[in-house]
Amino acid sequence: MAPSVGVLVFPGSNCEHDALKALRGLGAEAELLWHRDTDLSAFDMVVIPGGFAHGDYLRPGAIARFSPVMDAVADFAAKGYPVLGICNGFQVLCESGMLPGALQKNAGLSFICAPCELEVASTTSVLSQGLSLGSKLSVPINHFSGSYVCDDGTLARLRDDDRIVLRYVDNPNGSVDSIAGICNEAGNVVGLMPHPERACDPLLGSVDGALLLSAFLGAELRAPAHS
Amino acid sequence: MKFHALVEVSLRPGIADPEGTTIERNLPALSISGVSEVRAGRAFRFSVEAPDEAAALAIVGEVASRLLSNPVIEDHRIQLETN
Repeated sequence: MAPSVGVLVFPGSNCEHDALKALRGLGAEAELLWHRDTDLSAFDMVVIPGGFAHGDYLRPGAIARFSPVMDAVADFAAKGYPVLGICNGFQVLCESGMLPGALQKNAGLSFICAPCELEVASTTSVLSQGLSLGSKLSVPINHFSGSYVCDDGTLARLRDDDRIVLRYVDNPNGSVDSIAGICNEAGNVVGLMPHPERACDPLLGSVDGALLLSAFLGAELRAPAHS
Repeated sequence: MKFHALVEVSLRPGIADPEGTTIERNLPALSISGVSEVRAGRAFRFSVEAPDEAAALAIVGEVASRLLSNPVIEDHRIQLETN
């Protein structure tokens, strides 16, 4: 049976239709879900798409964290359901504490919109299961605040627990350890700055994003890390 | 009592501050020299109604740490005034 995916929409989200189209193209039943809705019972997985939730006021993701749906997303994730945050969605997951660290302004202060080469650094997450470790993917980035930062202890834990999902081959934004995407302890919550939904059609220059989203759609419910 | 709060938020020491670095690097274009250690940040002003200063500080502290700053990368500093 095709998985049912809820794509969250905040005021200011702008990649929800790209995500919807990509997920449906891969066979999923995907529907938009307004940030004031709190019932996720119809969904097997949730995607938090890119954009500028609540205008990115204060910091990207800082206000979205308090949207009514986010408590439901935290419960959903704690039960082991797959949750994917793309770009602004990654920022929202970090601000809400569901993923460690933070995304800050790019080194060089440039807004970067460009294809980007990524390396699969872990295959234990719901986004990268079944992929080849070390394989290279071309997926575009489109952000101003995409420089991943965390303290040394967090970085050591991410490395030791195999939670660095994707690294940039040519670090474009000054991210610590070239990190492009990470996951939580259980591997069912993943955030990444690149946009896999924009690399799902040969017309867009790459279909590597479809590899990631297909892996995500194939994910099973995972037992929570701590029950 | 009404209190006026000023909350300054800036990146923690050791966290790269590309905005501050860019400002500092461009000061010579204004023929200004001798300026160093530029750190960029933001300031927020708001009023708080509370019975006393301690209660007001507790509210301002919560606003500052839970919303205005991200403790992962930012510090905040609070000033409180009455009038």
